[in-house]
Amino acid sequence: MHFTGREWWTLIHGMGFGAVFLLAFAGGLAGLYSLRPDLLSPAGVAERMLRLRIGVVAMAVAAWGTVITGTWVVYPWYRDPAPDSPRSQLLADSSTEDWHKFGMEWKEHIAWISPILATVVAFIVVYYGTNLIRHDRVRRTAMALFVLSFLFAGVAGAFGAFITKVAPVS
Amino acid sequence: MSTIEGPTAAEPADDVPRATAAERIDHEARLRGEGVEFPDKPEGPIAAAIIAGGIGAAALGLFTTLAEASTDIHDWLEWDADVGPLSGKTIMAVIVWLVAWAILHVRYRNRPYETRRAFAIAMVLIGLGVLGTFPTFFQAFAP
Repeated sequence: MHFTGREWWTLIHGMGFGAVFLLAFAGGLAGLYSLRPDLLSPAGVAERMLRLRIGVVAMAVAAWGTVITGTWVVYPWYRDPAPDSPRSQLLADSSTEDWHKFGMEWKEHIAWISPILATVVAFIVVYYGTNLIRHDRVRRTAMALFVLSFLFAGVAGAFGAFITKVAPVS
Repeated sequence: MSTIEGPTAAEPADDVPRATAAERIDHEARLRGEGVEFPDKPEGPIAAAIIAGGIGAAALGLFTTLAEASTDIHDWLEWDADVGPLSGKTIMAVIVWLVAWAILHVRYRNRPYETRRAFAIAMVLIGLGVLGTFPTFFQAFAP
């Protein structure tokens, strides 16, 4: 059992930060959804706010970690001009070129919207704190942005997984 | 410490009927009475962050499309040879986002700006960002 240095980085990019992102999203969304006065006890408020703050900040950090490692570490290996690079392999075959021309082109760009929106949600939660319990409209807005952040990361993650199956970075 | 009446967090949320406005106020008053604090904060900084997020997304879409449409811009955005123009597109989008956030935050930090309106503006900008980063769209501008 052995991973090359490049394979380690793809794991850190996709499964390391990606797993933290998924966990933080699930916890953060549940926390935001249940942050309603009729669902909370006074004792639960402090505990839940702390967990929510940790969750949304973790999601933002994981999202930034994913796009930074993806763009600045893994992507150069993917787009290497050498004929055996994943990009060259995909473009060499008309049956696989759309994985690059559409899949990778969309993934590499749309992924960057995710950490921006995740950071906005983290700011809202940290800044507004318990006021989210009182202001349903702000809470719902934060939830919508949180879900959008996840959806954009989902598009990028899905194409990343598919492309790795067809032409892995190794 | 006592708990408020009604459903608790341990129960499935879907089984809990939506509280009316009067019930929400009552629950909130109970939480206040039990020592939960709700510090008074304006919504302006939230609106500023939301709109700035939309501006960042739109900027990414704009730089992506411009890099496809113009060879000069494509080459200028290639700040790192290994990463290619994606390096310039993403760094520029992040810079635009942060600068916009700083400006909007200063402008709205003490104002009761409606989050709903900020969200509507951000959704339009995010939509433009998604459009600008969609390959079928931006590749149509290739010379």
